[in-house]
Amino acid sequence: MTSQVLTVTSGKGGVGKTTAVANLANALAMDGKRVVCIDGDIGLRNLDVVMGLENRIVYDIVDVIEGRCKLKQAMIRDKHYPELYLIPAAQTRDKNAVSPSDMVRICNDLRADSDFVIIDSPAGIERGFRNSIAPADRVLVVTNPEVSAVRDADRVVGILEAEEKGNPSLIINRLNPALVKNNDMLSAEDVLDLLGIQLIGIVPEDESVIIGSNRGAPVVTDAKSRAGQAFRNIAKRIQGQDVPFMDLDQQSGLWKSIQRITGRK
Amino acid sequence: MEQITSLVQIKGIRDGLLATFADAPWEEQRLALLAQIDERPAFFQGARLAMDVGVQTLKVNDLVDLRDFLSERNISLWAVISESGTTEQTAQLLGLATRISKPRPEERKQTPEISDDTALFVNKTLRSGTRVEFPGNVVVLGDVNAGAEVIAEGSVIIWGRVRGMIHAGCKGDNSAVICALDLSATQLRIANEVSAVLKPPKDPRPEIASINKEGHLQAELWQTG
Repeated sequence: MTSQVLTVTSGKGGVGKTTAVANLANALAMDGKRVVCIDGDIGLRNLDVVMGLENRIVYDIVDVIEGRCKLKQAMIRDKHYPELYLIPAAQTRDKNAVSPSDMVRICNDLRADSDFVIIDSPAGIERGFRNSIAPADRVLVVTNPEVSAVRDADRVVGILEAEEKGNPSLIINRLNPALVKNNDMLSAEDVLDLLGIQLIGIVPEDESVIIGSNRGAPVVTDAKSRAGQAFRNIAKRIQGQDVPFMDLDQQSGLWKSIQRITGRK
Repeated sequence: MEQITSLVQIKGIRDGLLATFADAPWEEQRLALLAQIDERPAFFQGARLAMDVGVQTLKVNDLVDLRDFLSERNISLWAVISESGTTEQTAQLLGLATRISKPRPEERKQTPEISDDTALFVNKTLRSGTRVEFPGNVVVLGDVNAGAEVIAEGSVIIWGRVRGMIHAGCKGDNSAVICALDLSATQLRIANEVSAVLKPPKDPRPEIASINKEGHLQAELWQTG
């Protein structure tokens, strides 16, 4: 299998890019893939925290670019999966320390020894975002079922189309089926209808995601978590497997059967 | 060298630097610009650059390559001015400005004659952040998403959903109309009239918006036969 560079981006901040990167990377590693994550958010790094690798950082991506260390030295091995690595961002520099061609060069160097390179893009559509999408073979756009997040995602999709980056795939994160049912939240169909790109996964709202991020143990490793299951499914789809979408209404089975009986919808 | 660099003229404007090119193939123009920059790196360091490329037709890749190259030298390309519609659209797609504050010299006004029956045909959905401006009518085969803008001196016809902002008759033409299959725009403007959302986005039906006899902007359901 040839190596694939995935970039996770969103436009709006706080929709779950970093969480998605950490979880997908862990899920792919669980499937035995060799994975390297790159934190593209120079100056505001946090993928290291979410992956629980903060205290192992010695060198970062700017050290690699400026020649202070070898690429291998900046790759931090994960605690659980020996084939999962993180290249952290520099916290004390800014986005101008990296250029799109630097990112392309680093990713090309990584291709030889990895199955997936996953880049965590910063929010926004400026330099850091440009750096992150430059080497991408495939772009995953993360959004929340919120009008503002969807509008920013739309902008990002427009830019990706203009730069001929292929068709991006969509992850709808933090969907709350109960709110959707009461018409208090955009449904997955609404979001898809607006963006018109291919859906690769819907992640339900789940408290264990936040707990996992704070502990540096991505939720995907928790076999019981529904969000974890959703991320595992997305990882399978990234590998080209056909996995059916989860029934997010599962927990309200009783309500559903009542609806069926009374014929209400 | 002298010959190459004379293809491009750099001058200071209020918003940074403006590069103007003499007529030549893009590759030569590009090399001339790069040569100028590499000759005086300190002068260009941190600059905001606008380019006037004249009639040159530039594709996305041309502009992306140049922008990346410039950004590596800490120069930010923020505007591309062109007489070519393709180049303008490319620049807009990349989020670059296509106008600088100073109006272009006279020649701008004598761009091809646009009569009442000329229209710009846009065969795609306009996503957030896209802006289409045209000194005539505009037809869009696709949606106009929230955050996108269509500004026309004539009428605007959208074969799709409208969620963004449409301004028809932007130079004051009261007879301009806006038609769409689903007119749930955040804001419509015709000439100097502005109207906020006209109806809830339920049950979409084709509508036509125009200025009525009282001089107000009004949307009506499309009446078939």
